Amino acid sequence: MLTAGLQALLSHWWRHPFQLVTLLIGLATATALWSGVQAINAEARASYDRAASALGQTPRPRITAPDGVPLEQEHFVALRRAGWLVTPLIEGRLSTEAGSVRLVGIDPFTLPPADLPDALEGDTALDLSFLTPPGQLITSPATAERLEGADLPPRLALDGIAPGLAYADIGIAQDLMDMDGRLTALLVLDDQPLGRPPLEEVAPGLVLRPPAQGGDISRLTDSFHLNLTAFGLLSFAVGLFIVRGAIGLAFEQRRPVFRTLRALGLSTRVLLGLLLAELLVFALVAGTLGIALGWLIASLLLPDVAATLRGLYGASVEGALTLRPAWWLSGVGIAVLGTLIAATASLWQVARLPLLAPAQPRAWAMASERTMRRQAVVALALIVFAVGVGLYGAGLVGGFVMLGALLVGAALLLPLLLHVALRLGARTARTPLADWFWADTRQQVPGLSLALMALLLALAANIGVGTMVSSFRLTFTGWLDQRLASELYVSSDDEAQAAALQEWLAPRTDAVLPIWRASGEIAGAPAEIYGVADHPTYRDNWPILAALPDVWDLVARGDGILVNEQLARREDLSPGDTMALPGWETRVAGIYSDYGNPSAQVLVGLETFDTRFPEAERLDFGLRLPQGEADALARALVEEFGLPAENIVDQASLKAFSLQVFERTFTVTGALNVLTLTVAGFAILTSLMTLARMRLPQVAPVWALGLTRARLARLELLRALLLAALTAVAALPVGLLLAWVLLAVINVEAFGWRLPMHVFPADWALLGALALLAAGLAALWPARRIATIPPSELLKVFANER
Amino acid sequence: MKDDRPQRPWSGRKPPAGIFQDRRWSGSLTAFCVACAAGGALAQGFAGLGTDAEGFALPAPNPEFDYPADHGPHPDFRIEWWYVTANLEDANGRPYGVQWTLFRSALSPGPSRAGWAAAQAWMGHAALTTPERHFVAERLARGGIGQAGVEVAPFKAWIDEWRVAGPRLRDVTMEAAGPDFAFALSLETDRPFVPQGEAGYSVKSQAGQASYYYSQPFYDVAGTLTLPEGEVAVTGQAWLDREWSSQPLARTQTGWDWFSLHLDGGAKLMAFRLRDEAGADYTSATWIAPDGGPQPFPDGAVTATPLAEAEVAGRAIPVRWRLELPARDLDVTVAAINEDAWNDTAFPYWEGPVTVEGGHEGIGYLEMTGYE
Repeated sequence: MLTAGLQALLSHWWRHPFQLVTLLIGLATATALWSGVQAINAEARASYDRAASALGQTPRPRITAPDGVPLEQEHFVALRRAGWLVTPLIEGRLSTEAGSVRLVGIDPFTLPPADLPDALEGDTALDLSFLTPPGQLITSPATAERLEGADLPPRLALDGIAPGLAYADIGIAQDLMDMDGRLTALLVLDDQPLGRPPLEEVAPGLVLRPPAQGGDISRLTDSFHLNLTAFGLLSFAVGLFIVRGAIGLAFEQRRPVFRTLRALGLSTRVLLGLLLAELLVFALVAGTLGIALGWLIASLLLPDVAATLRGLYGASVEGALTLRPAWWLSGVGIAVLGTLIAATASLWQVARLPLLAPAQPRAWAMASERTMRRQAVVALALIVFAVGVGLYGAGLVGGFVMLGALLVGAALLLPLLLHVALRLGARTARTPLADWFWADTRQQVPGLSLALMALLLALAANIGVGTMVSSFRLTFTGWLDQRLASELYVSSDDEAQAAALQEWLAPRTDAVLPIWRASGEIAGAPAEIYGVADHPTYRDNWPILAALPDVWDLVARGDGILVNEQLARREDLSPGDTMALPGWETRVAGIYSDYGNPSAQVLVGLETFDTRFPEAERLDFGLRLPQGEADALARALVEEFGLPAENIVDQASLKAFSLQVFERTFTVTGALNVLTLTVAGFAILTSLMTLARMRLPQVAPVWALGLTRARLARLELLRALLLAALTAVAALPVGLLLAWVLLAVINVEAFGWRLPMHVFPADWALLGALALLAAGLAALWPARRIATIPPSELLKVFANER
Repeated sequence: MKDDRPQRPWSGRKPPAGIFQDRRWSGSLTAFCVACAAGGALAQGFAGLGTDAEGFALPAPNPEFDYPADHGPHPDFRIEWWYVTANLEDANGRPYGVQWTLFRSALSPGPSRAGWAAAQAWMGHAALTTPERHFVAERLARGGIGQAGVEVAPFKAWIDEWRVAGPRLRDVTMEAAGPDFAFALSLETDRPFVPQGEAGYSVKSQAGQASYYYSQPFYDVAGTLTLPEGEVAVTGQAWLDREWSSQPLARTQTGWDWFSLHLDGGAKLMAFRLRDEAGADYTSATWIAPDGGPQPFPDGAVTATPLAEAEVAGRAIPVRWRLELPARDLDVTVAAINEDAWNDTAFPYWEGPVTVEGGHEGIGYLEMTGYE
């Protein structure tokens, strides 16, 4: 009985292989998008973890000089000899012709073994050749390969070292960083001995900072990954619409089989069990397929994601994927879960199937207007909820919750909207045929609603993300023009060269603008502090968002400073507020936009900078030149002055580089967008194809009244286009709302800057055309079937009518 | 005679990987490896150094020690230590033990470089033993930057804030602290330093491995111990060992049992037994008269027999011994004051105060390594 039942159930798929393919493809696509995004996230997170564990699983308090300058090695010895158990640390970026690496200088004698990355702990790596000149750089194999041929100590490649990171002995690191006798920081170890004097007695002038809260990189990039995850979920949801469609249809068509099996004595429980087992097998097959596809997607996208993360956050991510069992399992799990979600309603119906109910297939999912109203109520509740979260909620998660509620609400509202729109359309009908067309279209809305909801989501996401990216690009390019006002940027290797350079440049340029830079800590987080000259270049160009009157005079006099938008938002600063900098207090004279920079930044007048940061290096300059002289001067700097070419950057290439980073940032979102739209198109196709079969009873009478099959087919096509067009119109406000949330909520939370929103109607037109094209293509085949259906088939409708 | 004890900690322990199994006895290697292991990943990497003493100086018979110069480091030799143990008691007669040890190990032969590249590893062990509890701490440093070192005049041996320092080595204060204990003691004596073995040339095996070795067993001690329950004023006696070599042990020697005893009447006894997996144990002893005159005894003269074992740190450790030196008519029982005197350092070993009973009464220190 069991076997017979199973055979009976499975025979359906034999007769409808296309349905099976639809189901599997839908499920596989959903799984693929989801697991692809997960794979990318997992890889990136693993990279951060390795980087964060550069030293120690547990963050340790640090002793540093107050203004972020290196501290003297003597302090290390003095503290140790006073009973402070500290270990010295050098951190810095090591630039070579083969690219740069983050250098971590450690003292294996005083660093607890547990603080070393696993790859080094208990290994043979830290031997004499590590400790004594020329020393060794311990890197990951990929980084070692990248540094091939660089003028550095010998490399030792070990698996498990974070990418872009190089470990060296502290003495070797001092040499490499030109920091003889100086250290970046001291880490304070556990289990300090009794009788230790206070820090200020041993090393006056140094400050003890509590351990950093959370990994910097993972905090910064969390938002980016949340973004990706949200897109993965969206794609998954769209995919599920297909699955739901296919499963619903298959169950509907098998109602006679179910009834017969039940009548033959198969219990409901066994029947449900068989159906569940069937679905489970599909889920496993499609899940596996989806994971393979997801892997493909992830490996195609990962290089761009890695480039984005490096460009935007300075986070190093390896360009190769690692296969993680957890990822496999989650992929299969999500496929099974998705199948079950999609099948719940159908299984519920089967469980409640009355034994003696007529076996006539109802029009599939023929929802009544009442169902539609109920959906609309839920939709409105969701939208109200979204608005509430928008008004009172906070944070990145709040932003995404709001987005989710908004999208789902809009999707649920769609059938009612379409219904109303079609009703209004019907009023324009002047002929019986037009009347029939509108009524028949309305009749189809419930059957197509899932596919149309998918289309709505895909379109809204496209509009929203497209608007955000385009707004961002427009703002960003304008901002680059303001920000990179100098024609040439040069840096010198030491102070003597800097002085010579300044002298040499003075007669050859309109202005030489010093750009002094120090790093420090503001409000407990690392920050960059720049000293800038009082010059029209800044007065005319700098992208100020809000400022006190005469802001540049204030800055030049040392009566105020400028802070970047990120810092202002994080610390809730407005012009006129006072704020504490390392060692002194000042007020905020203005706020400027600073896109693409994850950290806090502050501009101070040159004189103030000289007083407050006497230790900082003074090596960089911006040069103002008459139009078109940049190339000549750059050449002269190399040939006559003898400045190395890598010390000169011209404005154009700096802009190009910045834009390139920017473009890559959104490659991934763009790719996911296209995939989502494709999936939605596919959803429409499958829905239409299944509907086409079931619609014969509705089409046959019209045909019998004299309409040709060709005309009917054209009407079919028109209907699909009409519905797609209506959906696209509904998607527009949803998409714009989405864009607004992305720009005004998500971006502020994720990156710390808010962007003005620009609208691009041409893009919408293109997208609308794309939606129509997708719907038209999807409707083509079903329409052709109607056009070519043998009249006998249509006649059978009357013959078989029960 | 040679004082094996510093070595034992490392020598007895089988390294996690087999890399330096072969040559684990090369003395410098062992000390060095202690440093390495404590430093984390260093152990195996440095193990390669132990393959031979090539490039380092080797001890020769009939040394003439030059005080105070020889109190300072001998960087030509691979390994060296300043090793103080003290038997103390408070006003109520309650016994305490204190250990303060500084090891130096050269990572490579040749002239020492300046700064971080100095290639000298320093390791300190400090321990405080009461009848019920045992506290221990460990420090590592490299030479060249001032974090650890030894200077002769005025004398100063230090690693971090731990130090033994004073105008002369015969008049010093000795300090160390861990997270839960500390001690500050003054050590004084007017008696001479005592060469061990043959005039300071201490043979360690039949094959002729040896070290330079002298002691100062006559210190009078007074000072303060800091325990979790408070400070305790103590007095007592201390014993300093100075030893340096480049390859002091044979490779089949797996561990040792070393005794330094203060006997009633003012005489001192140093005795050790080097356990050999390939043959007979090697023993050595020095009887030191109250005036400091040494009487060395060759291999076989002294016999050390375990009488009872205790389980310490998952190992069976002999904590009661019979020690016989027939030539001095000595047959005593040596027993641990606290059986759990386990130094859980990078290379763990047992080191603690003992009592002496039977014929001669006294107190002393016992070190045992190589018990797996």
